[in-house]
Amino acid sequence: MLRVLERWVVDGRFVLGILLLSFFGIAMVYSAGAVNTPDPVVTEAWRRQLGWFAIAIVTFSLVARVALRWWEWIAIPAYVLTLVLLAATLVVGTGVGTAESTTSWLAIGSLRFQPSELAKIATVLALARLLSAKDEPPTGLRDLLAPGVMVALPLGLVMLQGDLGSGMAFIGLLYAMLYWAGTPPFLLLLVASPVLGLILSFDTRIWSGYIVILFLVLYLYRYRLFLYESAAVILVNIAAGAIAMPLWNSLKPYQQNRLLVFLDPAVDPRGAGYNLMQSKVAIGSGGLTGKGFLEGTQKRFDFLPEQHTDFIFSVIGEELGFLGVGLALLLFAYVLYRLVKMAEEANDPFAGLVLFGIFGVWVVHIFVNIGMTVGLVPITGIPLPFMSYGGTFLLTSWLAVGMVARLAHEE
Amino acid sequence: MKTQHPHARRRRAQGAMIGLFLLFAGLFTAFFRVQVLASSTYKLRAEENRLRRLDVPAPRGTIFDRNGRIIADNVPSYAVTVLPASRDSVMATVAQLRTYIPLTNLQVSRLDATLRSYPRQPLVVTADAGLEAATALMERRAEFLNVYVEMRPHRRYTDGPAVSHVLGYIGEITAEELGTSMFPREEYQQGMIVGKTGIERQYEHILQGESGVRFVEVDARGRIVGDFSGSTSRPGVSGGDLRLSVDLELQRWIHRIFPKDKMGSVVAIDPTDGSVLALYSAPTFDPNEFVGGIDPELWQYLNTDPSKPLYNRAVLGLYPPASAWKLATAAIGLELGVIEPHDQMPIPCTGGLQYGNRYWRCWRPGGHGSLDLAGAIQHSCDVWFYQLGIKIGLERLLREATDFGFSRRCGIDLPEEKAGVFPAGPEFWESRFGYTPNEGEVLSLAIGQGPNSQTPLKMAQFYTALARDGSAPAPSLFIGRQNEPEGWTLKLDSADLAALRQGLRQVTGLGGTAYMSSLEHWDLIGKTGTGQNPLSLQGLALDHAWFSAIAGPPGGDPEIVVTVLVEYGGGGSAVAAPIAAKVADFYLRKKYGMLIETVQTLREHAMVGRYFTPAGQRLQQQRERR
Repeated sequence: MLRVLERWVVDGRFVLGILLLSFFGIAMVYSAGAVNTPDPVVTEAWRRQLGWFAIAIVTFSLVARVALRWWEWIAIPAYVLTLVLLAATLVVGTGVGTAESTTSWLAIGSLRFQPSELAKIATVLALARLLSAKDEPPTGLRDLLAPGVMVALPLGLVMLQGDLGSGMAFIGLLYAMLYWAGTPPFLLLLVASPVLGLILSFDTRIWSGYIVILFLVLYLYRYRLFLYESAAVILVNIAAGAIAMPLWNSLKPYQQNRLLVFLDPAVDPRGAGYNLMQSKVAIGSGGLTGKGFLEGTQKRFDFLPEQHTDFIFSVIGEELGFLGVGLALLLFAYVLYRLVKMAEEANDPFAGLVLFGIFGVWVVHIFVNIGMTVGLVPITGIPLPFMSYGGTFLLTSWLAVGMVARLAHEE
Repeated sequence: MKTQHPHARRRRAQGAMIGLFLLFAGLFTAFFRVQVLASSTYKLRAEENRLRRLDVPAPRGTIFDRNGRIIADNVPSYAVTVLPASRDSVMATVAQLRTYIPLTNLQVSRLDATLRSYPRQPLVVTADAGLEAATALMERRAEFLNVYVEMRPHRRYTDGPAVSHVLGYIGEITAEELGTSMFPREEYQQGMIVGKTGIERQYEHILQGESGVRFVEVDARGRIVGDFSGSTSRPGVSGGDLRLSVDLELQRWIHRIFPKDKMGSVVAIDPTDGSVLALYSAPTFDPNEFVGGIDPELWQYLNTDPSKPLYNRAVLGLYPPASAWKLATAAIGLELGVIEPHDQMPIPCTGGLQYGNRYWRCWRPGGHGSLDLAGAIQHSCDVWFYQLGIKIGLERLLREATDFGFSRRCGIDLPEEKAGVFPAGPEFWESRFGYTPNEGEVLSLAIGQGPNSQTPLKMAQFYTALARDGSAPAPSLFIGRQNEPEGWTLKLDSADLAALRQGLRQVTGLGGTAYMSSLEHWDLIGKTGTGQNPLSLQGLALDHAWFSAIAGPPGGDPEIVVTVLVEYGGGGSAVAAPIAAKVADFYLRKKYGMLIETVQTLREHAMVGRYFTPAGQRLQQQRERR
C-alpha cells in the first residue's frame, strides 16, 4: 500500500494517515446512524459519505498531478472567484441539515456546496503567493496590512453568513502562514492584542493593568516599530475595550449562551448547556474501552446532538472509549506533524506557505471540534476533517491532501 | 526569501511542533480526565439519562376463611403510567389518554396535584384500566411513547359487602401516613396501596409484600424504548397469606338474613377457642369500591350518611346492654356468695319495688311473683335483680364488674375497638355528673341500665365465658395470631354456671320470651335485652334489641355463641333472637353436614304450618324421664 502510494506521492505516510482517518470517519458516520428511532437522513449518511469519499479520491488523484506552478498561477483568480461565491451566498445562500441557522450553502440544481470550504483553500493559495513574493519577512505592522486585508475579506463574508467556525479557520491560516513567513512572534501578539483587550475588559482594573503592560512592551520594542504603528495598537486596544459591552449586547442570545455555558455548563442544562452536557456524558460514560461499536446509549437514544456531524467525536468517545479517542488523536497529531515536517523540508517558499496554511486550517478545525466535545473550548459549529459527515468538506479536505501530496512530490 | 533558509525553517518547525504538542497534550488530558478519572460519574449520568425506575407493586397476600375459601385475592388489572417529564407535557399526555380511559375532571385535577407534589415520580394515571383500554393503548404505542402500560395485581373481595367490616379496605398511602412507624420510608413510598382499616390494616405488614423494581429505557424525548433487564431490577415478593377464623358462608348467610332496613351487628364466636366465626355490621359497604381509588361521590356518601356504613358497630358501637347484662349481675351475686342458685328474693315481684324515695318498676306491671335465679333470668324480672343489686351493694358491683372486664377492650385483632363504658368506682359519677352516687344507682346497674355501654363483641365475649367454664379468651380473627392478649375469667364453679345456663335455657324453653326462636335440631339457650336509648326514652324510636345465644348439639358442649344487636329494633325476643337462632342453626347444620333450610326457628315453622319440639325441650324431657 505504502509503496503504491509512494509511486504517486512522496509522503505516503501522510496520505496513509489521512486514509485511515477517512475510513475511521466513515465507520463512525455509519455508527452515528445506528439509533433507536432511525432518521433516514442520518441512517443513510454513511452511504452518501462513502460516495463522496470515492469522488474525493478521484479528485485527490487528479489534483496530485497538477503542477505547483499552476496552483501558484491560479491562486489569485481562484481567490477572487471564491469571494464572489461567498458574496453570492449572502444573497441566495441557504442553511442545511444541522447548520440550518447559517446561510453557507449554494445550490446548483440538486447539488449543494459550501463556498467557504473552497475559500479557505483559495485564500491559502493567494496568501502564500502574496507572502512568498516578498524577499523579507514582515517586520512591522505595516507589512501585515496586505495579508490582513486579504484574509479579512473572506473572513468577514463567512462571519456575515453566521459561520463562526470557518471564521476561526481563516484566523488560523493567517496566523500559521504569517508565522511561517517569519513574522516576529511579538508582532503576531500585537495583532492579537485587541482581542485580548476585548476579553479582559470585563474588569476595568485588569484591563487598565493590561494597557499599562502593552505600553511597556511597545516601549521595549520601540526600535522595531514606527510610532504611528504603536499608536495604532494602543488606539485599537482602547477601542476594543470600549466596544466590548456593545459588542456583547449585539451577539445573539444563543451566541452569548454558548460562551456562558462554556464557562459553566450547569448554567442552562436544558438549553445551551444541553449539548455540551450530553456530549461529556457520552464521552465520560465510554470510559477506558468504550461501550462497543454501534452500542453507545447516549447516541442510540438521541441524547447526543448532531452525532454524525459536529459531535462525531463524542460517538468515538462513547463507543470506543479513551483507547479509541487516543487512536484518533494520534492519527490527527501524526498527520499534522507530517505537514510541519514537509513544510520544513520544502525549499520552495510558496510550497512551504501552502502547507502551513493547510496546517493552520486543520489545527483550528481539529482542536476546536474535538475540544468542544469535551468542554475545552466553547461550542462552535465546526466540522472535524475526514470524520464529520459532509460532502463539500470531505472533498475540499481531500483536495488539500492532493495539493500537499503534489508539493511534497515536487520537493 | 531569506527566511526560507533551512535553519530558520527548522527553528519555526520546532516552534510549531511545540505548539502542536501542547494542543494535543491538552486534548489528551481533557479526555483522560473525563473518560478515565470521572468515568463512573458519567456512566451513572448516562444510566440516569436513559433508565426510568418504575415500582412494581407486589400482589397483596390472599385472605382465606377458616375453611380455606378465598375472601380476598388479586386479579390482573392494568396500570397506566406516564413517565416523568415537564408538567405540561405529562398533563397533555393525560388529556390524550382520556380518549381511552374515562377520567373525571376531578380525577385529572388530582393527578395534577400529585404531579406538583412529586414531579420526578412516574405518574400512575389509573391502576385499574380494563383490558380493553390497555389493549387500545398498546395498539397505539407509537402515539403514547411516554406511557407505560403494565399488568398489576388488583385486589378483589369475593364477598365484599358480607365481610367488609372484617376486611376493612385499602387505599393509596397518604402523605401523613408515610414515614410513621407503621409505614417507614425504607419500605413505603408515595403511590403505594396500603390497608386502611380492618384486617387489611391490622396485618398490613404481612399482606403487603415487597414491591419490585423495574427499569425501562427511554430516549432523549422520554419515549419508552423497551424494558431494561439489567441486574438492578428485581421482581416483587408477594405478600403473605392469612387464614382467618371467620366462616365465609356464615358471613354470607348473616348478610342475607339481617334485615336490610336495620342497622346493627352480629358477632359469632366459637366457644371452644374464642375465635371469631363471624363479625358483621349493618349497613355494610363494598370494599371493592375502594380498589383503584374510590369514587368521590361514593366516599362522600359513605362518610356523611347518617347510617354510617363504614362504622364497624361490632367493635365500635356502644349500646346499653340492658337485660342481657342481668347475667353479669347474677354471676357477681353467685361469685360473692350473696345468693345461692335456688334462693328466692325476700320480696316477691308485684310489678315494682319501693326503694329509697322512689318506686322502681318491673318491666311487667303485673309482677312475676316469687322466683329463683333461673326463673328470674327466664322472666328477666327487674324486681328480683333490684334486690340482688341491693344485696351486692354498689361498690362491690362496680369492683367485680370492672374485674370481669366490662370497661376493657376485648383485644380482638382489628385496628379499631372501643372499650366498654362501666364505672370503676363511685368517683365516676363525681367526675362525670358531679355528684356522689347513692345506693339507688345499684338498682339501675343491676338491670343493665345506668352508665353502662358495651359493644356487641364484648357481650359476645361475656356469653362465651358463660358457655365455657367462666373464662373467655380474647376473640381473634387471624388463625396463627401472635401475642394474643389475655382473656378474662369469671370466678364461678360449675354449679353456678349450670344455674345461669339453666336460666338461659328457660328463656328459649316453653314459656320463655324467646321460645319461638328455638331450633329443631340444636340446643339453643340465650338472653334477650331491650336497651333504652335517648330516642326511645322520648318515644321517638324503638329500643335497641339484643340477643345473645349459646348453641350446640343437644346434650353436647356449646359450639357457637352469637350476639345480635339491632339498633332501634324493638324487643330483643322479637327481632334479635330469631337472627341469632338462624345464625346458630346455619352454622351447626353446615358443620354437621345437614341440609340448609331457610325455615329454621319455631316461629318460621309455625308460619308454614310445620311444628316440632325444640331440641332443648326434648333434652329436658329425656332428663326428666331418667
